[in-house]
Amino acid sequence: MSIYLILLGAPLAAGLAALVIGSDKYRPWVLPFGCVVHAAAVAACWRSLPPASSSGWFYIDSIDLLVLGLSSALFLICSVYCLEYLRLRKDRPNRLFTACFSFILAAVTLVCVSRHMGLLWVGMEAATLAAAPLVHFDHNERSLEATWKYLMMGSLGIGLALLGTFFLALSALLQGGTGDPLVIDTLLSGARTLSVPWLKGAFIFLLVGYGTKMGLAPLHSWKPDTYGESPGVAGVILAGVLTSTAFLGILRAFQICAAAGLADFARDLLVLIGLLSIATAAAFIIGQRDFKRMLAYSSVEHMGIAALGVGLGPAGTFAALLHLINNGLTKGVLFLTAGNIHRAFGGKTMDHAHGALRRVPISATLFLLGFVAITGSPPFAPFVSEFSILRAAVNGNRFGVALGFVAFLAVIFIGMATTVLSVVYGLPPGKESDHSAEADSPLMVAAPLALMAAVVFFGLWLPGWLTAVLGDAAKLLNGGAS
Amino acid sequence: MEQLSQLLLAFIVFLSLYLLGSSSLTGCIKIVALQGMCLGVLPLTIHAEGFHPRALLLAAGMFVLKGIVIPRILKYAIREVKIRRELEPIVGYAPSLLLGAALVGVSFVLAERLPVPAGLRTSLLIPISLATVMMGMLMMISRIKAVTQVIGYLVFENGIYLFGLAISYEVPWLIEMGVLLDVFVAVFVMGIVIDHIARAFDSISTEKMTRLND
Repeated sequence: MSIYLILLGAPLAAGLAALVIGSDKYRPWVLPFGCVVHAAAVAACWRSLPPASSSGWFYIDSIDLLVLGLSSALFLICSVYCLEYLRLRKDRPNRLFTACFSFILAAVTLVCVSRHMGLLWVGMEAATLAAAPLVHFDHNERSLEATWKYLMMGSLGIGLALLGTFFLALSALLQGGTGDPLVIDTLLSGARTLSVPWLKGAFIFLLVGYGTKMGLAPLHSWKPDTYGESPGVAGVILAGVLTSTAFLGILRAFQICAAAGLADFARDLLVLIGLLSIATAAAFIIGQRDFKRMLAYSSVEHMGIAALGVGLGPAGTFAALLHLINNGLTKGVLFLTAGNIHRAFGGKTMDHAHGALRRVPISATLFLLGFVAITGSPPFAPFVSEFSILRAAVNGNRFGVALGFVAFLAVIFIGMATTVLSVVYGLPPGKESDHSAEADSPLMVAAPLALMAAVVFFGLWLPGWLTAVLGDAAKLLNGGAS
Repeated sequence: MEQLSQLLLAFIVFLSLYLLGSSSLTGCIKIVALQGMCLGVLPLTIHAEGFHPRALLLAAGMFVLKGIVIPRILKYAIREVKIRRELEPIVGYAPSLLLGAALVGVSFVLAERLPVPAGLRTSLLIPISLATVMMGMLMMISRIKAVTQVIGYLVFENGIYLFGLAISYEVPWLIEMGVLLDVFVAVFVMGIVIDHIARAFDSISTEKMTRLND
């Protein structure tokens, strides 16, 4: 049986099973099953890359492998967290949540394994739609408004990306290309013959379209609303998995541009939109009283850092890809613990939640450590990747970019510190004895703890199997062959 | 055939402009349905070898989805929500009409400067698709009501579909079906959300207060 069938089939089967099972109590158990099979298949891919499917539409290269590995790991950990979370949320039926959770993994896998820009787009659209019920899980007016904004902006982004995909096809067809113009290998091998004006248009539309899904400024406005109102575990999927998957679409567009000799044009745009996103995040993160919205702006910032890194050339690309993984893992810690704190206090602003260290000590400690990690302090993993991006900027004599980058990061550190410290320290409202029911529960702490361990591990030591894949991916993206 | 396709394309732009200046919700839904039907017929007139199974299938699918099914869902949604007929747009009707006309001009200038595939029967296809995309986006950002935003999104999607028609013969039709399916699912999901909006706001609407009278 083809590995692609297992990768796509396992989460799909889990999702369908969730639709069929009638009991809210036992249904969440399909999630870990689907995710374990998926993770095992991804691990097999990591050991040795599988051959392309006979149609040539499915293939995994190093770039896909990074996103697929990150997604599979985050899904596996979130599926365990979900068992406990959905048990606590008996007030809401979980059929749609459980099914769509699995369908997102299937759609994300489709984006990663497809070797076709059209199929990649179909996967992105499916992932966008499947995430809507997760955002709307609470079923109140606030989550409804968030879902509405998410769907409108998501659909707009996905529509622009489709237009970009069409531009790409047209740029290939104008030169009399035969066969399917959207197969990535065909595009790469014939990149020099692509029609330049349409290719430039395609890159801009794909960047803006998938950038909307990723949450790059200026089309990030849906992000704080959506992340703020979704459950913490949905936040991990949105901020860790869907953003990275959308970035894969931009990376593919960049790869084609680089192969066509338009690397400088694409890099300039990426640096511009990256810095704009970091600056926007810095402006809005100051004085943010809602800690989930704060995390959303932090996500805008880190997507900007990833885009900036790719825009800084091969060394920056290596660091940006590493940053994508580090950001995904750290965001996992932050959103899961933020969800725990939100539940313990029944509110997600500084007015409701303070003194978390006393009420949910482990979650609060992890939240604090996650904050230290995400703002780029050693010895955590994001420090390594952010420092490498800074070094890439300095080595490339882009001193203005480097200066802006460091300045915005400092502002963001101060802005986040104000909110995080106020939530973690101080005295909790009310008497502690009334709140013993909201204390940390083992599974809901184990999940972020595992992610935090990975963040520390990658911060101290980059294993050879990871650097090999990262190096290969950076080479592929900047016009090299595998 | 060539003249028919040009006529249809011109009519599609006219309908988009009409939408920009129209204030009645049911009117808007009727117009976007008509635009969907025109879009359904269009592939049969554009390419040289018009009537073969794939073109017919695409035409039928588009006609049914955009001309009949999606407008039905929207009609159902406004009946459930019981929203007032008039709209309060951010950009007024006259300015948005002028903007729409300007966008049509811009897209013709833009398309003039870009290389166009030789196999295309009508040179109008690409400028009109760009104009429709931009007018759809204008409608999405300038209107407040959820239903009009969805209609704007449909116009936007129609424009993308027009662009897709320019290359539909070379791209496998799985992608075309994907496009249709996704439009359907998007609006379907949006319909559900509108339904939820209706429920969430029914509880706070003044209509309930009149029930105690009799």
